[in-house]
Amino acid sequence: MTAAAAFTLEVPKSGRWPIFGWFAVLFLAGAQITAFAISPPDRDMGDLQKILYVHVPAAWNMGICYLLVAIYSFRYLWKRDDRDDLIAASAAEVGTLLNGLTLVLGMIWARPTWGVWWVWDARLTSTLIMFLVFAGYLALRAFVEEPDRRALWSAVAGIMGAINYPIVYMSVRWWRTIHQVQSTPSTLDPTYTFSLRLNAVAVLFILIYFIRRRYEAALTERVTEQLSQAAALGGPLHA
Amino acid sequence: MAFRDEWLRARAVAWKDLMAERRSKAGFNSVAALGVTILVLFGFALGPDAEAIRAAAPGALWLAALFAGVLAFNRSYQVELDGGALEPLLMYPGARRSIFAGKLLANFVFVFLLLVIVIAVSLVLFHITVPSTWPRLLLVVLLGEVGLVTLGTFYAAMASRSRAREVLLPLLLFPMLVPVLLAAMQATKALLVGDVMHDAGAWTSLLVAYDVIFLISTFLAFDYVIEA
Repeated sequence: MTAAAAFTLEVPKSGRWPIFGWFAVLFLAGAQITAFAISPPDRDMGDLQKILYVHVPAAWNMGICYLLVAIYSFRYLWKRDDRDDLIAASAAEVGTLLNGLTLVLGMIWARPTWGVWWVWDARLTSTLIMFLVFAGYLALRAFVEEPDRRALWSAVAGIMGAINYPIVYMSVRWWRTIHQVQSTPSTLDPTYTFSLRLNAVAVLFILIYFIRRRYEAALTERVTEQLSQAAALGGPLHA
Repeated sequence: MAFRDEWLRARAVAWKDLMAERRSKAGFNSVAALGVTILVLFGFALGPDAEAIRAAAPGALWLAALFAGVLAFNRSYQVELDGGALEPLLMYPGARRSIFAGKLLANFVFVFLLLVIVIAVSLVLFHITVPSTWPRLLLVVLLGEVGLVTLGTFYAAMASRSRAREVLLPLLLFPMLVPVLLAAMQATKALLVGDVMHDAGAWTSLLVAYDVIFLISTFLAFDYVIEA
């Protein structure tokens, strides 16, 4: 009997979420079209600059996902509510996806700009290492079957990964650095800033939708696990 | 008083682990042999050019210690799990963190002996001359080892009790160890050439910061890991 069993889980209802999903997709399409239509090609980079509107929003939203993993992992350790664990897991999956997207889009941009697909710069390298840390997190979840154990361990691993990020970044930065200094709103033309923010919000909507649907699926799986456990024990499911 | 009790418990756990290891010897001998094998393989990969080998020696040395050490971390729980001895160990009164401290201590001694062998062999194979700043080099080796062993012992507590532990431990551990490996390699490299750029100090402080942060967080988190 563990603390987690004290919470009754129910199969979630999708409700209006599919409508929100369509809204998010259309919003993203609109934001992309706006970015292409209103912002002029960059003087040096030309239309290559347009990759900014997917690369940077993906990177920002990846950060949001990892922050959610850390927050919900702490919350799980505190409250021991299975739902927090499942939200952390969903956020980790979406975060890893956005992390991979950030890396790939960055490489596509780097090849014509820097002449190589990859450079061992602080930002790139620490983003890649973060991808590997969360690949480890997802592997841990896949290889541990017992639900309470999986939840506790992955909460700890998620927090450790989050603690490690600044140290990884620092260490690789000392090692070597060539990533261009981030543009700030003051160095960027307002038309670029507006399009960039619009697209960041669009990806944020997609992120919310993905996490929600992944969470629904995870919760359904978890309820199934509990039901089959109860059936195996031969008794009725007790809350 | 409480601290003394915990120290005694930790020492007992460490002593038990080391005693079991000393009586069988099979574990240490095979891990040490693996460490040397990895060094030889690095020698092949880096080619016969003496200069290239010497330049890459710090990296090869730390990676050999890492790859061989990983086997030790899983082993330190595996022996107990096989004998069904972990459960009784957890049932002893007192804080669980003294078990972690004990295992940490035993692994520290184990990896230290491994490092002695790996370093000795590297000196010969990679034509390294011991610099006059060797006490600082020793400090870097010890600080690097603390980081390696702390996270290794911690993640092994999870990985050794999961399916596919051979894959899971390196997958969880290696990305987390990037700062400590990078700092240890760079500091070692700097000190071997006489620290002309004066950057060994910065890397050493990074090692200290890393060790302190992860010693504290693993001690806080160990209760959660071992309870499940």
